[in-house]
Amino acid sequence: MTKSELIARLAELNPHLYQRDVERIVTTIFDEIAAALARGDRVELRGFGAFSVKTRDARQGRNPRTGESVDVSEKAVPFFKTGKQLRERLNTVR
Amino acid sequence: MAANTITRAQLSEAVYQEVGLSRNESADLLELVLNEISDALARGESVKISSFGSFAVRSKGQRIGRNPKTGEEVPILPRRVLVFRPSQLLRSRINNGHADSVEP
Repeated sequence: MTKSELIARLAELNPHLYQRDVERIVTTIFDEIAAALARGDRVELRGFGAFSVKTRDARQGRNPRTGESVDVSEKAVPFFKTGKQLRERLNTVR
Repeated sequence: MAANTITRAQLSEAVYQEVGLSRNESADLLELVLNEISDALARGESVKISSFGSFAVRSKGQRIGRNPKTGEEVPILPRRVLVFRPSQLLRSRINNGHADSVEP
């Protein structure tokens, strides 16, 4: 499922809403999550999962092509931990 | 940097502010979005949200694990797990936020 398929599905379930508004709803949700992570905040959605930011230490990397060593500075990476309910749903026999 | 926790309340408030539906309807739509994504994943479909990231279901085979307390061997049954792969845009957005706070 892509973002546009998700929007189409939501529009189908909510015929009283403009497609434009459905798009804004979906965009707003993911923008808010991204903005929170960019501030270093956590986003916890019980039953679904939690987004957080983890820090990766600076390390000595290597250019795989030349073998030359390069300094890789500390960086932050987004992380998602699946919620209990969703994890269980993935494993219920269909 | 103070790490706050954002929950459904703040996300549905953002939808309320941005779209102009009632607070109730905003909360319902947020729930619907999460449910539709969960349903697709439970069906084994992956979900791609452009400029944010993608969620994919991966099947894991059986393996032998160990109870860390007793050292006892226990089989870990085959199962399905969810993996989230952040988009390049989300990765860079998070790192810029970080870099900004380090060197103003």
